[in-house]
Amino acid sequence: MTAPIRVPGAGPEPSPPPARAALPRRPVPGTGALRETGQLMTLAATTVRDTFRRPFQMRELIEQFWFVASVTILPAALVSIPFGAVIALQVGSLAQQLGAQSFTGGASVLAVIQQASPLIVALLIAGAGGSAICADLGSRKIREELDAMEVMGVSPVQRLIVPRVLATMLVAVFLNGLVSVVGTAGGYFFNVIVQHGTPGAYLSSFSALAQLPDLYISEIKAVIFGFIAGIVAAYRGLHPKGGPKGVGDAVNQSVVITFLLLFLVNVVLTAIYLQLVPQKGA
Amino acid sequence: MGIEVIVEGLTKSFGTQTVWQDVTLTLPPGEVSVMLGPSGTGKTVFLKSVIGLLKPERGRVLVGGVDMVNSPERDIYEARKLFGLMFQDGALFGSLNLFDNIAFPLREHTRKKESEIRRIVMERVEMVGLLGAEGKLPGEISGGMRKRAGLARALVLDPQIILCDEPDSGLDPVRTSFISQLLIDLNAQIDATMLIVTHNLDIAATVPDNMGMLFRRELVAFGPRELLLTSDEPVVRQFLSGRKDGPIGMSEEKDEATLAREQVGGHSLPTAPRRVAPQLEPSPGLPPRQAVQRRRARVLAMWDQLPAATREAVQAGLVPAQGEPA
Ligand SMILES: Nc1ncnc2c1ncn2[C@@H]1O[C@H](COP(=O)(O)OP(=O)(O)O)[C@@H](O)[C@H]1O
Ligand SMILES: [Mg+2]
Repeated sequence: MTAPIRVPGAGPEPSPPPARAALPRRPVPGTGALRETGQLMTLAATTVRDTFRRPFQMRELIEQFWFVASVTILPAALVSIPFGAVIALQVGSLAQQLGAQSFTGGASVLAVIQQASPLIVALLIAGAGGSAICADLGSRKIREELDAMEVMGVSPVQRLIVPRVLATMLVAVFLNGLVSVVGTAGGYFFNVIVQHGTPGAYLSSFSALAQLPDLYISEIKAVIFGFIAGIVAAYRGLHPKGGPKGVGDAVNQSVVITFLLLFLVNVVLTAIYLQLVPQKGA
Repeated sequence: MGIEVIVEGLTKSFGTQTVWQDVTLTLPPGEVSVMLGPSGTGKTVFLKSVIGLLKPERGRVLVGGVDMVNSPERDIYEARKLFGLMFQDGALFGSLNLFDNIAFPLREHTRKKESEIRRIVMERVEMVGLLGAEGKLPGEISGGMRKRAGLARALVLDPQIILCDEPDSGLDPVRTSFISQLLIDLNAQIDATMLIVTHNLDIAATVPDNMGMLFRRELVAFGPRELLLTSDEPVVRQFLSGRKDGPIGMSEEKDEATLAREQVGGHSLPTAPRRVAPQLEPSPGLPPRQAVQRRRARVLAMWDQLPAATREAVQAGLVPAQGEPA
């Protein structure tokens, strides 16, 4: 038996217990943020790795896909019509000032497909789907369900997070297609019916300015934004601070953090795309 | 036979708060050990560290060659299949009914047929007295039932190490006695190493082979049950007699001033009993616990280190084990 038998009451009293905070270390400001970022990256890497681990959770993926799609489709469609209209109006009047009315159609379509659509999709996925995912994981965490899973040798990342992140990515792609179409249609309606442009000019400017890679970058952005929304929601859900109130805070933070990251990543992606792919008519 | 669990120099803190430090003990294979301690002394944290859910800053926990603190995550996941952990609040999956909850580990880790799964699950359900409730969701049953369902789930893969977090809390005294008997019967049947965390005095007095106590961020003592039950250490005495006077206060520990004042008045703690309550025997019809023989050899080997009172209690306890009932 290797356990020490400390016989109580024998010999002199051992040294007094050390004070609660023997070394009151003050954390260096900024280390907290760095650590969180590191943990977020680690979760992202683990999620990517576990995507290829068997058994793949198909049922969970389908359920989550339906769930995220069902809470985002209607708001996405409703938001994209006025959004397409606003862009058409704004670009239309700007083009008019510059004397380039004939390019209104193409310009507003580009703005919708490349910028507005992926962002609308991501904001909706983060706001409607991501917040629900975060709340669900957070309450499982405080009920110790996730710990129980780990104890039974089942990885919560592989089992719960991979299907959720894949679901947000897939929904982002499909929804992006939807929003692009609806937004373009909305733009067409405003340009042709409200601003009295001609359908012919709208369509020809379209083919003069737009090209297929514009659609690709749109979908690539949507996939990446969907991934970010899913990972951030999962990360905040896995680390709620102290009880049910912490879950509420985590949901809140997950939406805010996702928005910040999205706009940042959008700038980078847009800059890279415009550098790498020669634009038509330039 | 159960697996030995060796804990060496374990220290865990959250931020600047040290929960406990330098905890060293060995859970002997196949024996039942109890860890006592007032609320908030980190008993749950200790269990979670043993199974690798929390990562202590220093020390190691060796289970069959795997260090549950520092080994690669893959090895730890593999080693966890040896464990069954009963959580303090059951930790059942809220979206699954009790049957599916208990069947979860079987469906994850075995390729058994559904009929076979049904047989095993219902056997466990009956064992913990939940027959008839297996179709209910965790939200529809009482805390005590959730807890027993959690125990059934922990048992379904025939673990070699069983960890129980306060099996008694939320149970009435009768059910607590049943759970005590259930744990001993379980040990007789599968000879698993068991660690039970509790502050229930009945369980402490009648169930374990070994006992330890956490207090003031330290492991106060760990050894054969007689060692603590006969100890005159004020902390242990106060806890085991459930008195108000002594070093344990309402908040985790009393401040120096209160303690000094009480010291002047003199502690009114009763002295330790010379004879301890007999340990529970397995229910009739079950095989004898193999751990009893192994423990006897172990205790005799450390005879010289034991205080006189402990030796007396051990000797008294050996008598009924050799023949006539006590
Ligand atoms: N995840 C955590 N983060 C910070 N502190 C924690 C955490 N878990 C437990 N603690 C702290 O550790 C101490 C011991 O907790 P616990 O193990 O639950 O006590 P016990 O089970 O003995 O009643 C408490 O002071 C608690 O506040
Ligand atoms: Mg506890």
